[in-house]
Amino acid sequence: MMSRVITLENVTRRYGGFTAVDRVSFTAQPGRVTGFLGPNGAGKSTSMRIMVGLTSADEGRALIGGHRFADIPNPSRHVGVLLDASAQHAGRTGREVLRISADTMGVGRQRVEEMLTLVGLNGDEAKRRVRNYSLGMRQRLGIANALLGDPSVLILDEPVNGLDPAGIHWMRGLLRSFAQGGGTVLLSSHLLHEVEMIADDMILIGRGRIVAQGTKAELLQTQGTYVKPFETGALDQPLAAAGITFLPSGDGGVRAEADPVDVGRAAAGAGVVLVELRPAEGAGLEEMFLQLTAGDAREPVTNQPPRPVGPQGAPR
Amino acid sequence: MSQTLDLSTTSRTPFSRLVKVELRKSWDTRAGIWLLAITAGLAVVVMVIAMITFAVQDLPLDFGLLMATTTYTTGLLLPVLGIMLVTGEWGQRTGMVTFALEPSRTRVVLAKLVAGLLLAVVVAVIAVVAAVLSNLLYGLLSGSDISWDLGQTSLQGFVILQAVSMLTGFAIAALLLNTAAAIVVYFAYSFVLPIVFAVVAGLVGWFRDLQPWIDFANAQTPLFDWSISGVEWAHLLVSGMLWLGLPLALGMVRILRAEVK
Repeated sequence: MMSRVITLENVTRRYGGFTAVDRVSFTAQPGRVTGFLGPNGAGKSTSMRIMVGLTSADEGRALIGGHRFADIPNPSRHVGVLLDASAQHAGRTGREVLRISADTMGVGRQRVEEMLTLVGLNGDEAKRRVRNYSLGMRQRLGIANALLGDPSVLILDEPVNGLDPAGIHWMRGLLRSFAQGGGTVLLSSHLLHEVEMIADDMILIGRGRIVAQGTKAELLQTQGTYVKPFETGALDQPLAAAGITFLPSGDGGVRAEADPVDVGRAAAGAGVVLVELRPAEGAGLEEMFLQLTAGDAREPVTNQPPRPVGPQGAPR
Repeated sequence: MSQTLDLSTTSRTPFSRLVKVELRKSWDTRAGIWLLAITAGLAVVVMVIAMITFAVQDLPLDFGLLMATTTYTTGLLLPVLGIMLVTGEWGQRTGMVTFALEPSRTRVVLAKLVAGLLLAVVVAVIAVVAAVLSNLLYGLLSGSDISWDLGQTSLQGFVILQAVSMLTGFAIAALLLNTAAAIVVYFAYSFVLPIVFAVVAGLVGWFRDLQPWIDFANAQTPLFDWSISGVEWAHLLVSGMLWLGLPLALGMVRILRAEVK
């Protein structure tokens, strides 16, 4: 299934002195959902526009199945694209938007009805003008538009943005079954939890540069333990004595870079009463996302709302 | 298992299909359908006004006069149609979808151009049919003989003028990519500029020789009665290159290079 792979090779795009996309290279594999994660303004949308030729790259190239997008005849029959759900004529009905695309692609009107049903824009909603659509409905319409040509590759920019939890669940099922059918899915998001829920592979981008990539399992893997003593600070001495690196997590607990069993031993040895001791999972990727993008993000990490678990001011 | 995506299953989107889609886009929104309806409706209304005026004053009305009134009304709104064909993709940002469906922007713009010309012809045909009906009606109501005399008006000149006015709007729109700006510039272009030219020509002697070559509106005048000949064709061609060809070429370059977002 190499034929459906999305490949970016050293793609660079500058705007004056500002480099929006800086030597970005990655591949999105068929049969998998690849999440393209980064803070707002990190270069996700620019990269995706370059993939479909709406923006030109100053250097490097983006290939889909070995071809430049512009060289693919009737590309929507191979590559489904959703770059901005709001980029639709507000005065057209949902059905009309799809009909125009279907006419361009040369797929029948029947396909339009099938896609409307698939994304749950039935009956009345399909007759309404896009102006009166919620963002979630626009996303559904955009997904229908991307799937209309029965493509084998999907490129979706922030497709989950504006969807309610049920919608996100639905999207996950849809993209997962698309990937299971051998298709390639690349979707971007600035929200870690969305990507965490949907993607198999992840690419993290910050200030135009790829800062990490790998499978979700690889990236989620954290060596660490969250431990909370009954008395705040009571563990500092025992952990230091055991040679375990740790960081306060701001809620009286600490995140220690050791297995729970070693942390437990250190606590037991010093006779410290614990109220919590567990592997520091879940927050791991979020921590990494913040770490990796903190220096690259537009806003400093201190402006983030406080999180229930996880260290404050984690080291770079 | 090949290394590349198999493209043999699809062929390039036929140009005729692109034109068909552009035609559909021109009327499938409220703004679009109203513009078309008003363009056709206004042509009819102005004819009725002409008929009443002539009837009240008991003047002889002929086919040519009815056609002449139409040229002005459709000439006002056809350029707006041309403008909206182009700027719609930018104002409503549908270009992101359009150019993802057909990456060759040249083909999309040409399809729009052909769609615009077809619409100009349709409007022209509606105007001619309306003029024929009005003329029959006027003859019946006034009891006088029906005159099919075209007088000074030329039919081929009429159709060409409709097409040129649409194209001028289209060219300015391609250059500016903004509906409001394009409409303002078009009207400044076609109504203010000729006056400026006339004034300058009156004041500055040497400009008088230059004016016919750069005054596009003036160069179109002999198309009305198809009296155009010799050097007038050259005037039309040169001024047309300047005011229609150049903005269209620059606009095309802009559309091909512009980032679609």
